[in-house]
This record gives sequence, C-alpha cells and structure tokens, in this order.
Amino acid sequence: MSFFLETLAGGLLAGVMYALVAIGFVLIYKASGVFNYAQGAMVLCAALTFVTLTERDLPFWLAGLVTLAIMVTLAVAVERVLLRPLVNRSQMTLFMATLGLSYVIEGIAQLLMGASVHELDLGIPDLPVALGPIQLSRFDLVAAASAGALVIALSLFFERTRIGVALRAVADDPQAALSIGIRLPVLWATVWAVAGFVALVAGLLWGARQGVQFSLTFVVLKALPVLIIGGFTSIAGAIVGGLIVGAADALAEIYLGPLLGGSVSTWFAYLLAVAFLLVRPAGLFGERAIERV
Amino acid sequence: MTSASSAADLVPGRRLAWPALPLRYAGFAVLLALAVVGVPLVATDYWYNAILIPFLIMALAGLGLNLTMGYAGQASLGTGAFMAVGAYATYNLLLRLPGLPLPASLALGGLIAGLAGLVIGLPSLRIKGFYLIAPTLAGQFLIEWTFNQVGWFSNYASSSSISAPRLAILGRDLSSPAGRYALTLSSVAVVTAIAWRLVRSQTGRNWRAVRDGETAAAVIGVPVARAKLSAFFAGATVCGVAGALWAFAYLGTVDARSFDLDRSFQAMFIIIIGGLGSLGGSFIGSAFIVLTPILLTHLSEAVLGAGLDGGQVSNIQRVIFGALIISFLIKEPNGLVALIVRLWRRLVR
Repeated sequence: MSFFLETLAGGLLAGVMYALVAIGFVLIYKASGVFNYAQGAMVLCAALTFVTLTERDLPFWLAGLVTLAIMVTLAVAVERVLLRPLVNRSQMTLFMATLGLSYVIEGIAQLLMGASVHELDLGIPDLPVALGPIQLSRFDLVAAASAGALVIALSLFFERTRIGVALRAVADDPQAALSIGIRLPVLWATVWAVAGFVALVAGLLWGARQGVQFSLTFVVLKALPVLIIGGFTSIAGAIVGGLIVGAADALAEIYLGPLLGGSVSTWFAYLLAVAFLLVRPAGLFGERAIERV
Repeated sequence: MTSASSAADLVPGRRLAWPALPLRYAGFAVLLALAVVGVPLVATDYWYNAILIPFLIMALAGLGLNLTMGYAGQASLGTGAFMAVGAYATYNLLLRLPGLPLPASLALGGLIAGLAGLVIGLPSLRIKGFYLIAPTLAGQFLIEWTFNQVGWFSNYASSSSISAPRLAILGRDLSSPAGRYALTLSSVAVVTAIAWRLVRSQTGRNWRAVRDGETAAAVIGVPVARAKLSAFFAGATVCGVAGALWAFAYLGTVDARSFDLDRSFQAMFIIIIGGLGSLGGSFIGSAFIVLTPILLTHLSEAVLGAGLDGGQVSNIQRVIFGALIISFLIKEPNGLVALIVRLWRRLVR
C-alpha cells in the first residue's frame, strides 16, 4: 500500500512539473490562439542560456536576469516576425509556423552554446524525505512547491491585473477587444514574455533533474496530453490535467508496463487524453465552441 | 474564443483558379512521359536513391494526408503510423504469403493501413478541430510502440530493423535503383490517378462540404460520419502504400523508427507548404521538403568547406529550414501551388 502511495505521490509531483510546461501553452493559446509547439524549444533555450552563463561564473540572480532579458527579446521578435504577419490564419498554419520557430530556436541555441549535456545544480539536495509512511525526494517536493507557487502567482496575475483582464477579453473576442482599444501587439509580446519566464522556470527545474540537453524539448510531448485533458484555454485545467497525467502515467508505468512487457509512458497519457475527450470534447475546463452555420 | 466552425477554422475554404481541365490532363501526361522516358536517360544512381525515390514517396504520403486533412478537414498527426502499418503489413504479406505478387501485397498492405486509419479516425466523430491531433498522436505513439514491442510483426528479428525481401514482379528483378524507381513511379501514378478520380466524385464533394462547414453539410444531408471515416480510410490507405514503398524501395529495411513523429510532421509540412486540398500541391511540397535539406548540405559544403564540424552544419541547416518554412507560410497562404497557378495565369495572359 505504501508503495502504491509513493508511486502516486511521485506521479503527482511530476504532474505539477508537467502543468508548469502546460501553462506556458495555455497563456499563449488564450492570447493568440496559437498552439505553440516552440514552447519546448523555449524551455531548452532558457535552460541552456542560464547554464552557460553560470558556467562562466555569473551569480544565479544575474544569470537569471540575463536569460529573462533574452526570453523577453525573443517574445518581442516572435510577435513582430511571426504573429503579426500570420494574423487571421488557420490554426494549423500557426501551429506549423511554431514548429518552424522551434527549429530556428533550437538551431541557434545549440549553434551558440553547443549540444553537450550540462549539469545544472540548483543547490537543492536530492535527499529522501519521510512523510508518514512514504518517502519522497526533497528535490521533487521543492520543485513541485515552486511550480505550484508560480502557478498561483500566474493565476492571480491574470485574474487581478489589467493585463489579465485584457487577456481574457482577447481570448473571448479579439475583434471586440481591439475595438475597445486593447493593444493586441503589446499584449501578445507580454504574454509571450511571460511564457518565456515560465519556460525559464520549467527549464531550470527539468534541467536540474535530467541535465540540460536537447531532450528537454520533448517535455512538449508530455505537456500535450495535459493540455488536451485540461482544455487549451484553462490554467486550472492545466493544473488538474497535469496532476491526472502525472499520477496516471506513474501508476501505469508500474502496474501496466510489466503486463505489456515494456515502458508505456510514450503513449499512455495520449490514450487517457482521448478517453477524456470522448466524454468532454473540449477538455475538462475548455470552452465548447458554439457551432453556427 | 467562439468559432463558427472549427473545421472551417482549420482549413479555410478557398478556390484556386486552375488552368482548364484538358490542359491539365495534357500537362499531367507530359510530366508522366518525362518521368517515364526522360528521367531514366539522364538519372544516375545518386539521383534515384537520394532524390527521385524519396521525393515520389513523400509526395504520396503527403497526398494521403491531403485527402484526410486538405480535402476533408480532419487534422492528423498519424501519417508516420499509417506508413508504418503499410510497411509492416506488406512485409508480413510478402513473408507469410509468398505466392502473392508484389503489387497485390502493396495494395493489401495499403488497405490494412486504411483499416488502422479508420479505427484512429473513429474519435473524429465526436472530437473536432485542433483537438483531433490527440487521437492521431495516440495512434502514432501506440503503433510505433507496438511494432517495436511485439516480435511477431518483425518475424522475431534480433535487431529492430529488418531487411526487406527481394523485390520482383513477374520474375523481373527490381532491386536496382532504376527498378526501384520504376516500382515507385508506377505505384505513385496509379494511386494519384485513383485519388484524382476520388476527389472529383460524390465522396470528394462530401469531404469538401464537411471541411468547409460541418454543421451546414449535416443540415443539407451530407453523411458527415461516413465522409469523415472514408477520408481517414482513403488517406491512411495511400499513406500505407507510401510507407511500404519507403521501406522496400527507398530504405531497403523495415524499421519502425523511420516512421516516427518527425515523419508525420514532414507530411504535414508538405501539404501546408505545397497547398492544402490540392493533389499537385503534395508533389510541390514534397519537392521542397526533400530537396531543401540536400541543397543546404551541398551549399554549406561549397560555402564553408569541410572545416566546420557536422553538428554545427546541421544546426545551421535547422535554422535555415525553419526560417524558410516560416517565410513560406507567411508569403504564400495557399501554398506553393498557388504561386505556380499565378505564374501560369501571368504566362497565358
């Protein structure tokens, strides 16, 4: 029983980290209707920049600031070069454009900073912590806690501030939002910058866990079922979806994997997502499209 | 964001002013004649192996996806999986039914892939728009995993890639580059001709009706469910044939890893850059996707020499390729095929 609980708790903690990546998607999707495949490349780019700077003996806070500045620059550039010319184009075209963007970001990041694996030590010891009958990794707990704090901060930011209200207006009806004077380009750049910040946090946490390397971009494929289950437009959905996928993935790996004779983690979450979609075609918290002729 | 119709969001309806039909038949015939008679006169083994065969096969894969996504508006990221099913099905047919001639195995392998597409397409009856990438991705990962996991499919081969059996039709050996080109070209021509008829039939009109306005189509009595499922079946069948050719005529091995998610993205790029809802667009897109990396390799060798290490060159290529894709998406909303149609009209006037 305690083994089951341990697996479940570990899965839930991992789920918070998935949610962290998924939130980056949700922000951008709400603001610009783009499913941003380049989020994974942004995670890699942020982590790689940060680790390269700290290896040059920059203190953590300065490296973080410089990386953040680079991510904001990237956000402004994306708004200018990609979003503005592609306004009003089909969702699939935008998706493909972000795929192209991910090639560009990955290529430039590795061109400038190399493709080797970097160790990233955030100074959090990876010791087991006993919580009642179960043992958890301290690093996982700290990572999940900081991810959780970020999630709450973002929700408050988008619930309480003017930018948040503007974002919700744009998500609801871009034309109406434009006509009452919301500046869409500024909003887009802001949201992409915030998504860049989220990518930085996600890159640090994931990078400290599995090393800063190219495979960081694959967190996208983990975050996708999370998004689908939660709905593309809901931050709360991303959190709930993250927890569901994290827990289900961990349990399936332990209990279903041996039965099928191999790791099931590449596809299990997607099958789960399809099951959820069949019951709720726009995700748990997503807005259902109203169909008109 | 509320949208009038998610299918219409995904693939906006549009009209291309093509040249008149007889002219297009003539153009098609000229191209085919060139490919049959002209190419073998000048092509070297390098051209067959590195350019012509992959170009034709990826064009076929793009054409399959175009039926599902370009004509019927059902987004799919499962192209790689359908190709894998076609390849493994054909392999097992050749292995276990040695009496079956190669063309029959190819066609049957394609139809089996079509059945897989039908199953993966079932959720499309309930899930719409961009969310449809979920079931097709689930299929993509699950099928890739199954072929790696279950030994029966690869005849319990010790390595994960198995060499393809000898290719022959009516006793004529086709394993030379020219032979494999002939096999590929004839398969592509036959499938393209069938697809050409199909998209102009009632089925094709139903597909487009569902794409342009699903609710409206349902109201006027278009059988929406049948249209969606038939689009998945037809598209996956074509992709299956492409997958079998990829394994047998191009790689020479059957390997699930060559049908991964990147292959699905590649097919998606082909039809979006070439032109959604256009058979010719699949070929143009394939030419772009297959030729650009080769061109970039030659270009970087010529410009930079051999001094730079391979990793950096591939990073530079990645950047250029990504930037090209973005700029084409921005400059040519209806795909490269629209560019060619415009050129044609300018020439005629």
